[in-house]
Amino acid sequence: MTELAATDPLPKPKRDIAPILLPIAVALVMIPLIGSPSTWLTLTAASLAMGMMIFIMASGLTLVFGLMDVLNFGHGAFIAVGAYVATLVLAPFAASLQADSLWINLAVLAPAALLSMAVSGALGLIVERVLILPVYGQHLKQILMTTGGLIVAEQTLYAVWGPQIIPTPLPTSLRGSFILGDVAIAKYRVLATLIGLAVFIAIQLVLNRTKLGLLIRAGVENREMVEALGYRIRRLFLGVFMTGSALAGLGGVMWALYREQVHASMSDDLTVLIFIVVIIGGLGSIGGCFIGAILVAMIANYGGFLVPKLALVSNILLMVAILMWRPRGLYAVTSR
Amino acid sequence: MTDLLRLSGVHTHIGRYHILQGIDLAVAQGQTTMLLGRNGAGKTTTLRTIMGLWKASSGEISLAGERIESRATPDIARLGVGYVPESMAVFSDLTVKENLVLAARDGPLDDAQLDWIFGFFPALRRFWLSRAGSLSGGQKQMLSIARAIVEPRKLLLIDEPTKGLAPAIVMALIECLKEIKRKGATILMVEQNFFAARELGDDVLVMDNGTIVHRGEMAALASDVPLQERLLGLSLETHQ
Repeated sequence: MTELAATDPLPKPKRDIAPILLPIAVALVMIPLIGSPSTWLTLTAASLAMGMMIFIMASGLTLVFGLMDVLNFGHGAFIAVGAYVATLVLAPFAASLQADSLWINLAVLAPAALLSMAVSGALGLIVERVLILPVYGQHLKQILMTTGGLIVAEQTLYAVWGPQIIPTPLPTSLRGSFILGDVAIAKYRVLATLIGLAVFIAIQLVLNRTKLGLLIRAGVENREMVEALGYRIRRLFLGVFMTGSALAGLGGVMWALYREQVHASMSDDLTVLIFIVVIIGGLGSIGGCFIGAILVAMIANYGGFLVPKLALVSNILLMVAILMWRPRGLYAVTSR
Repeated sequence: MTDLLRLSGVHTHIGRYHILQGIDLAVAQGQTTMLLGRNGAGKTTTLRTIMGLWKASSGEISLAGERIESRATPDIARLGVGYVPESMAVFSDLTVKENLVLAARDGPLDDAQLDWIFGFFPALRRFWLSRAGSLSGGQKQMLSIARAIVEPRKLLLIDEPTKGLAPAIVMALIECLKEIKRKGATILMVEQNFFAARELGDDVLVMDNGTIVHRGEMAALASDVPLQERLLGLSLETHQ
C-alpha cells in the first residue's frame, strides 16, 4: 500500500453498502418468481417480522460472541425462560388480554415483556458469573459449560411445567390483519417489526452515540487495548452479557406470541437459526446481524412458498453462499 | 534523581517459555530510557509485564513507590501509565475523535491538550472524523501516541514507534517525541532504530535472553562502538 504523507488528503472511506442492498435485491428478484404482488407483499411483511424477532434474539449473542469471544451455546435458554416468564405473568390477566382494546392489551403485555427481560437478564448475570467466568478464553470448555447449562435449563422447565405445549394466545387487538386492497398483513407482524426496528435503532444509538457504545465497539476489536486505556472490560462484559440475555428473553416472549405456544425445547431450532445469523452477519456486528436476520427470514418465507422442500436446507445454503462471498460475514468486525 | 519505575528480579513465563529471567531496571523521573536489544531479547515482554498484560511470575514492580505487579491492567493504566503498543492498536472502526474520546478517561477532551497534540500531529486534526482504519501507518502511529498523551500520564511505555514507517515520518515522529520529552514526560521506549534511540534516549538499557546486560547513559553507548558491537552485534553507525 502506498504510504500517505501527513499532508496528503485521505481517501474518503468507502461505505460498504453491498450487504444492505442484498435483502432488497432478494426481495426484488422474488417478485416475478412469486407472481402475485399481494402474495409477495404478504411474504415480505412476514419476512420482516420474523427477521426482526430473530434479530432481537441474535443481537445479544453477536455482541457476546464478538466482544467477549464467548461461545454461548446456552443462549437459547434465555429465550425459553423469557417466554415462560411472560406466559406465567400473563396467565392471571387472560381477561385483560381478551379485551378488545389495544391499550388494555399492551398495558398487560408490556410489563410482562419487561419482567421477562429482567428475569432473563438476571439469569444472564448468574450464568456469566458461574459458568462463563471460569472458562474465559477456553472455547471447548465454554461449549461444554453453556451446552450443559442449556440442558439443565430445559430439563428444569420440563420438570416444573411438563413436556406439554402451553398455548399463549395473542391478545385480541393483535389478532387479525390489516387489509390493504387484496394484501393482508398480520397486525402482530407489524408490531414485531416496529419493536425490532426500535431495538435496532436503540442499539445503534448506544453503540454510536455514547461512550459506553464506543467502549463496546472498541472492545469487540481489541479488548486488551481497552484495558490498557484503563477500562475494566470485565464489567462491560457482564453488562453486555446481561443485556444480550435480556434481549433473548424479549425475543422469546415475541416468538411465543408469534407461534402462540411455548414449550421447554422451543429454543432448540432457534439456537441454530440465530447462530447462522450471527455467523452470516459477522461476529460482533449489529448491522450484519440485522441484515442476516432479515435474509434468513426471507429465505425461509420465500423458499417455503416457492420450494417447500428447500426450507430444510435453505439456511445452510444461505450461510454457505454468504461465507463464499465474504468469509468473515457480511460486516467483519473482529478478526476471530 | 528519583526513580519513577523500578523492576526487581522480575520473571515472566508465557506458556512454557521463560521469557524474562530476573529483570532489574529503574526509570528515572523525567528521563527517557531506551530499551534496546536483539529480536526476542524480551523487550516487548518487559513493557507488557509492566502494563500487567502478562503477569510477572515473580519479582517486584513499583511505580512511584507503589507495588503494581499484581494489579490488573486497567488499574495500572489508572495510576497514570500510558501504553503505545508495537502494533499501534488503534481502534480502526472508530474515528480519530472517538479513539481520543476513549483515551480521555477522566472526562471530556481538553481543548488546550488537543491543541498541543495537533501542534505536532496536524494530520489528526484534519482527519478528526475519519475512521482510524483508513489512516496511513504513520498517521496511525501518531494517533496511538496521541491516545497515550491526551491526558497527563506519569509514565509512557512506547514500543517501537518508528517500526515500518517511512524515513520522513520517522523524523517527524522523533520531533514529536522530543516535544513530549521537553514537557517533562517520563518514557520507557523500546526502539530498534538506533538513530531514533540516540536522538531521544537519556539512559539506555540493553537486554539479551531475558536479562538486562547493560545499563548506562545513551550518549556513552552511542560513542562506544566496540561496546555497541559487543552488546548489539552491530554498531549504531552502520545501522542508521
